[in-house]
Amino acid sequence: MDNWKDYKKVFWILAAPGTFWLLLFFVIPLAFLFIMSFGGKAIVNGEVSITDYAYFTGFENYLRSVEPLYLQIMWKSIWISALATILCLVTAYPIAFGICFAPARWKPILLLLVVLPFWINLLIRTYALIAVFRTQGYVNLTLSVVGLGPYEMLYNDFAVIFGLVYVYMPFMVLPLYATIERLDKSFLEASLDLGATQFTTFKNVTIPLTMPGIITGVILVFIPCLGSFLTPALLGGANAIMIGNVIERQFKAANDWPFGAAISFMLMFATFAALMIRAFVAKRSAGVDV
Amino acid sequence: MSEQIVSIRNVSRRYPGGVTAVDDVSLDIAQNEFFALLGPSGCGKTTLLRMISGLDTPTEGQIMIGGQDMALTPPNLRPTNMVFQSYAVFPHMTVEQNVGYGLKVTGVEASEIKRRTAEALEMVKLSHLAARKPDQMSGGQRQRVALARALVKRPKVLLLDEPLSALDAKLRDGMRLELTRLQETVGITFIIVTHDQDEALSMASRIAVMDKGAIQQIATPSELYEQPRTRFVADFIGKVNLIDAAVLGQKGGKVSCLAQGLGNMEVGCEKSTGDKATIAIRPEKLKISVSEPKGAGLVKTKGTIRDVAYYGDTSHIVADIGEGLDLSINVQNNSRTGGSGVERGQKVWVHFDPADALLLTE
Repeated sequence: MDNWKDYKKVFWILAAPGTFWLLLFFVIPLAFLFIMSFGGKAIVNGEVSITDYAYFTGFENYLRSVEPLYLQIMWKSIWISALATILCLVTAYPIAFGICFAPARWKPILLLLVVLPFWINLLIRTYALIAVFRTQGYVNLTLSVVGLGPYEMLYNDFAVIFGLVYVYMPFMVLPLYATIERLDKSFLEASLDLGATQFTTFKNVTIPLTMPGIITGVILVFIPCLGSFLTPALLGGANAIMIGNVIERQFKAANDWPFGAAISFMLMFATFAALMIRAFVAKRSAGVDV
Repeated sequence: MSEQIVSIRNVSRRYPGGVTAVDDVSLDIAQNEFFALLGPSGCGKTTLLRMISGLDTPTEGQIMIGGQDMALTPPNLRPTNMVFQSYAVFPHMTVEQNVGYGLKVTGVEASEIKRRTAEALEMVKLSHLAARKPDQMSGGQRQRVALARALVKRPKVLLLDEPLSALDAKLRDGMRLELTRLQETVGITFIIVTHDQDEALSMASRIAVMDKGAIQQIATPSELYEQPRTRFVADFIGKVNLIDAAVLGQKGGKVSCLAQGLGNMEVGCEKSTGDKATIAIRPEKLKISVSEPKGAGLVKTKGTIRDVAYYGDTSHIVADIGEGLDLSINVQNNSRTGGSGVERGQKVWVHFDPADALLLTE
């Protein structure tokens, strides 16, 4: 099929299930949430109701979400996510490169190992991390053999970042692998042949030509990191709270859905900002197929 | 022969798993030569080229460039540059940046880079496209970028891996002439890898024919065509009729033999070993006539025209001379009327001078 416009019926039949699904379970609930973000608690019989909400009570939820307390948490979420993303990138790049240059019969096995953690529930994996890092955990046990420690490694920002890197690593490895695998190796050979060292070749040829994969990986890791709540909740303790935890609390413990909706949308706007930066970078590196 | 620039001594490249890509190859390439490595795909010619460039490593043997052993020299430090089959023109750089890349990464001064890049682009007639990105260029233009990028480094040896295979036929002819002209202008040794015999014959000063990792024959184009040493070379270079023959005896520089379908004949040959041989004769050296040809010593036989293919300047004729043997004959269409003058099914005489035939004993 060259152009869907020439096959309108086929196009609509193929697109219908997905459109239906997205509309019913994503767009409509999101619209409700958007409306709710402008609402507040209803006043019933002169008392603030616990169960009912009033619509269109103003912008107070959004104003509240930019209070220093929440901005601080937002900012912390951004830098923790950014740091986790960078760590993911520098760790995943050699892994992806290694898989690409591995013998052909090893590749499927290595890729399987990368996605293997997905087969285990995230909650269980996070508890396993606790077992690794707690004071009597495996790391401290190993360190005590050489007379070090024990170190407090849980319930701080380090643990959260480590957990995020661990959870989202495959999302970085896979797009990087896809781009590096497609990269014509003769570009690298040409660079070497022209007198560049391995390092110069990596800097001047490999990185620019794999930029599409890097950008995709960064987006795939950074955005879910920004909204994550399970990892900071379990590994971060009270002082490593992220914006995802704040949102979760509004919907559950605090029972303040309108405010939760407002912060959710603020988070979404931050995500859009990140995507716009991506589009800007893509425009600048025009010529490389992004 | 002048000074050797590339000297390959007993080089082999074996892969784990028992595949031998290059098998005990030795050859010398002189300064300023236009040398071709010719062979069918998978014959090891590209592997050999890559070993000269340093992108592949021989498992045995020695490669010397300019009198120096290259065993421990990585590709970035070798005095060779390569034009890749895919051109490998960096898509994220402009033409100018591509050509200047090899100078920039080796720390050449910016003003010098600018001057030499402009010079190289001038040489391949691309000065007007210096600011373009490769994706806005045709295949032919990208190839010129790859050429300029390699030549700007002033290598001792320029390696070209199937440089014309990705171009369309018209462009290929033009580029062939241009490469020859360029090689004469810059005075750099060119080593070209190709599977196209026409390319090798028309451009190279010497050709190494390779098959199954080994060199079959190294010779000038005309020697290869007229004096092929093996059946493989005769068959690979140009079209040829190969006829099985039994060796009857030898006297002087001639061997008398009984050729299948052609009878007894005497063919010039230095020495013949064994009692079996192959007679090779090129289609353009065979002649057709309607009446019995007269002339002493001609080899002649009766045949039936099976097929006539008209190619404008020539006609390619297939004649059945009995015993299931078909001969290919090329006829010049010398006049505007009549074409080849024969038609399918016609009974004709096929004849040739035995001096034009060759006896292959290998």
